Parts: sequence; C-alpha cells; structure tokens
Amino acid sequence: MSAADLVTSGGRRGSSHSLTTRIVIYGLLLLFAAVYLVPLAVMVLTSLKRLDEVTGGNMFALPRHPTLDAWSRAWGEARIGVSDTRGIHGYFFNSVKMVVPAVLISTLLGALNGYVLTKWTFPGHKLIFGMMLFACFIPFQSVIIPMAVILGMLGRIGMDLSDLTGWSFGLGNATVNLVIVHVIYGLGFTTLFFRNYYATFPTELIRAAMIDGASFFQIFRRILLPNSTPIFIVTVIYQFTNIWNDFLFGSTFAAGDSAPMTVALNNLVNTSTGVVEYNVNMAAAIIAAAPTLIVYVVAGRYFVRGLMAGAIKG
Amino acid sequence: MATLEINSLRKRFGTIEVLKGIDITLEKGGFLVLVGPSGCGKSTLLNTIAGLETISSGEIRIGDQVVNDLHPSKRDIAMVFQSYALYPNMSVAENIGFGMEMRGVSKPDREKAVATVAKTLQIEHLLSRRPSQLSGGQRQRVAMGRALVRRPSIFLFDEPLSNLDAKLRVDMRVEIKRLHQTTGTTIVYVTHDQIEAMTLATKIAVLKNGELQQVGSPGEIYNRPSNMFVADFMGSPAMNLLEGTVSRTNGSAEIVLARNEAPPVVLPVPPSADIGRLKQGDKVIFGIRPEAVNDEESIDRNARSVVRFDANVEIIEPAGSDTYVVIQVAGKEVTARMRADADLRIGKPHTFALNLDKAVLFDPTTTSRI
Repeated sequence: MSAADLVTSGGRRGSSHSLTTRIVIYGLLLLFAAVYLVPLAVMVLTSLKRLDEVTGGNMFALPRHPTLDAWSRAWGEARIGVSDTRGIHGYFFNSVKMVVPAVLISTLLGALNGYVLTKWTFPGHKLIFGMMLFACFIPFQSVIIPMAVILGMLGRIGMDLSDLTGWSFGLGNATVNLVIVHVIYGLGFTTLFFRNYYATFPTELIRAAMIDGASFFQIFRRILLPNSTPIFIVTVIYQFTNIWNDFLFGSTFAAGDSAPMTVALNNLVNTSTGVVEYNVNMAAAIIAAAPTLIVYVVAGRYFVRGLMAGAIKG
Repeated sequence: MATLEINSLRKRFGTIEVLKGIDITLEKGGFLVLVGPSGCGKSTLLNTIAGLETISSGEIRIGDQVVNDLHPSKRDIAMVFQSYALYPNMSVAENIGFGMEMRGVSKPDREKAVATVAKTLQIEHLLSRRPSQLSGGQRQRVAMGRALVRRPSIFLFDEPLSNLDAKLRVDMRVEIKRLHQTTGTTIVYVTHDQIEAMTLATKIAVLKNGELQQVGSPGEIYNRPSNMFVADFMGSPAMNLLEGTVSRTNGSAEIVLARNEAPPVVLPVPPSADIGRLKQGDKVIFGIRPEAVNDEESIDRNARSVVRFDANVEIIEPAGSDTYVVIQVAGKEVTARMRADADLRIGKPHTFALNLDKAVLFDPTTTSRI
C-alpha cells in the first residue's frame, strides 16, 4: 500500500496515524539493528587500526592508516600460550577437524534415529525418544566428570589397541574425544529435529519402496535423505554453531596444542604478559566468529524455511 | 495371475481386534472389491495381503504359496496407494523403474519395460518430469504404471480414485476396468464408494467393524443383501427399510405395513423370503429398492408380484435422468426412483406400484435376511 492509497482510503487522520506507527516501528528496528551492529563495527574498525591508534584514539573513529597487520599477527604470530607464538591458525584448523566430523556424524545419526523412531516403530519407541529428548536438557557442567572418566577408559583401550595392532584407532586423541562428546550430546537435538520432520513424511512412500524391494538402508538413502534437505540444513547449522562455539568441553577435554579455536581465543585475550593488543584480539575474535556467520549467510534462508515447515505441519 | 485365499484371518492391535476372522477366496483373474464404512478394517485387510501389516492368526495364500511371513517384495504383488506415493525426488521414469532397479534389472531392460508401460498408459511425454509437475490424473497413471511394470500376480488398489475430482474419477474407473479386462489380472481393490464397488467388481466383500458381512457378486449383494447393514450400505439412494407385521391365515402369510390416517398397505410375502420362518404377529423389516417403487406404467412388466397403493407425494427431487420422490409409508419416508417426466404434484395423492420380486425381508432382532 502506497502513501497515496492511504490518503484516499483512510483520509488525513488515517494517513498521519499510520505514518506515526511506521516511524515508531522503523525507529525501533533501526535502534535494535544498531545495538547488534555497533559492537561488530567497533571490532572491525579496531582490527584495522595500528596499536598506538587503538590505545590513543576514539573507539568509533575510522582508522587513519587502515592495515591488515593485526589480522596477520592474529593468524600467524600472536602469543597464545606461554611458549606458543604461532597465532591462532593451528587452533582454527583444530576446530575445523573437530566440527566437520562431529556435525556430519551427529546429523546422520539423528536422521537415522528419526527414521527408525517414526517409520520402524518398536515397543518402547516413545520411551526411547523421551530419554533422548532428556539429553537436550542436561546441563553440560553436570556431565563433565563422568565424561572425563569415560574418555579416560577409552584412552586406555586406545593404548591397549595400540600395543596390539600398532594403531590406537584415534582413541585417546583429544580431537577424537571432542568429536565423541559432541556427537553424543548433539544426538538429542538432531534426533528431535529429524523425528519431527519424518513424523509428517508420508508413510505410504516407505511402504511403496518396501513393495518395490528396497531394504532398510536403501529406503533411508534413496527415499528419505533426498527429501530431507530443509531439515538437514537446519540441523547442520544448529550443530555447526553449537559445536564451533563450544568452550566448556573444549577447555576441559582438549588442552594445549589440540585446543579448539574458542579456547585459543580465550588464551590469547587473557594473556598476562606484555601489552594487550586489542587490534589483534579483535581480529582473532572475528576470525573465530566468521565460520558460523558464513554458514548463516549461505544457508540461512533454508534455516527459516525448515523451521517454518516444521511449524506449519506440526 | 494367481488365486487369492484368505483363511480365518485375524489381526489384533494390542487388545483391539480389527479383523475378526476373515474368509475370502478369489479366483484367478477375479476383481475383488473390499467395501465398508471408514474404520471397518478394509485397508488393514489389504495391507495384510500386501505384507505391510503382520497378521495375528490365520493364513493368506497367493497361488499355492502361503505368504504369511513373506516380505512384501517377495509376494509378487503390486500396490497403488491412495496418495499414489510417488517418490518426489525421482522422475516419472525413475519412479516406474525403481522396483526393477532394486531387483537388479539391467538399465537397458529397465528402460525398455518403462517405455512399454508408458505407451500403454499414454504417459510417454511425462517420463522426464517430477511428480510435483503432474496433475492428479497423471500422477494416478504413473502410480498405475509403477504397479503394471512389475507384471505381478495380484494387483492391490487402496482407494486409488478418492483424490480425484468426480469426472476424472469416472474416467479412471473405466480405465481400471479396461485394464482388468485386457490383462486379466487378479485385483483386490479397496473403496468406500459403493458405485465403484458395483461397477468394477466380479466379487464384493462388505466389511463392518472387522467382520465380513457378505461376499458375493455385485448382483447378489445388491438384490439379496444378507443383512440390513449391507442393504443400507449398498445402493444410492439407500434401500427403503420399513417395519411391518406378519399376518398368517391358514398356510399363506401377508406383511402389514401400518400407516397413519390411511388404510394399511397389505403385501404378499416377497418371493425371496422363506415363508416357513414367519409366524403370526412377528415383526419384520420390509426392504425395497427405490427403483422397485414406481408408478404403474413404469413397473417391470415381467414382475410376478406387484402391489399397488395410494400415497401423498411429499418431496420431488429431479436428478436429470431420474426423479426421486419421497412418500410416507408406515411412518417412514420411502424414496421412489421414477422416470424424469413422471407426472407428479407435491401434496397430491398418486398411485404407486411395488415390485415385490425385488423386495426382501429382514429379522429386526438379528438384522439378517429371512
């Protein structure tokens, strides 16, 4: 509806009334957008400044001599630990090595769980699903010690295997441990997502495929998965964001060189030796946040679509 | 092509029994229609034949093989689903060929079989499309193509026409009938539409609450329903069911239908009924189809037993080809199906004739036919 329409349909009062409403609405929206964007803008600006400009100047001022020095220092030379001055790039790849398998495994297992819990129901499937849902609500702090015990046992099994076969099968490796932890604690959510999606998936398709002679896994791979794109993307975004941003498990189960990005960022910012290089800290923080941002930008529209689809179909 | 034999089949979900001992035999090349109101167990029965539901007890034979424990894909059946169940991520050709792919048929052979079936169903121009790009009727054809391509010994249809509009439904009904006549395949077909049942079937099985009410040819079901449920369920408009009393006078018997403010209608016992089972004063339900209630000129000339009576015309419903007329007899509305140009006026008395050859009697306590 244009302004002219408003005048003809609502007269002067209607027009001025709706104009005020619009000003209020857009004003508030701009305010909230600013609240979200100003910190990011300050981070970007600071990361492009030289250190003397940061400590001496205004936070909101544009950089006088824009430079990417802070970015390359953060990536390649920043002091992370007492003896480590190789920057955050190693930790960034630690996170990638942890996130990619953890997201893929937990998503695929969630899909498989959802498939079984809706299309191959067995006595007690509701109880199992209820217990898996419970996993969504366990505070992670409460499981750290039992988890540490279990990971310790797995580490010993890894050493035994290593003695027997010469290979530990990855057991005891800090990154593998984190993958295991994230897969286990992600399963509750991924199962919930896929179960609700597959609950509305027509069972007749499964039956048609059974009559066509497709096996359990053939039905999963050829019929269900190709028709799960929206929920698949929702789950991947959700899991990626959660696992990438996790600090608690990372700081508990992966120390030193195998720590993920979040832990390294914390170590960088909290370092107590020398000058605090705010520009380097800001660059490192942006690098740490970049992957989740990129995932949202690339797949965000599917995220909204997937959530809506679930909401409408109930 | 094969015979189908179902022996004392029972199906329980927990403590609820949804199929209570079903016995049906279908000869080779027969067309069995399972019909009944929703929740009667007809779809469950079809699913047990397909192997999509397990059975609690009993036996299902296809040909001379007991298939109770066989996987659906090993039963040599093909099924057309109510929603068509086309795989949305595959093209029409892939949909039709999926079963063969799963059975390891080579690609050239698959393409040849798909092409043959597509030609039969005239869907060749649709082969590369996705199901979402098809109309309802086209989806229906593809679903039939997917079943046809298997050359199964039994076809199973689960309410295949219920998602189509009225006109298309009639067209596809003819098509299914033609398919049956040309291929001569054994077919089991579930519907709640009694016209589909009458027009397609060589054998109809009427179910209610998991129990078989009657199995027989369409003619038997329509003309000699074994109980009041079948009589009422099959036929549109439904059969007129009227309360009457038996009056016996040495050897012969009559049925008296009382009327308010008019002399009762006295009828001889219809030829279909067993006269020996009627006693003086017994209550009976007299059933007669609307087309057997007519005016004198239009009643079947060969009818052996006809009764005439006068009644007031209450409602006239012109339906184009026929006119439905509602009159009051024995405190109940009776629908007559008369020719379209019958000379009738609302509120005016008219002489009606009942063709008793087509009438049946029921016992009101057991509801079964006498």
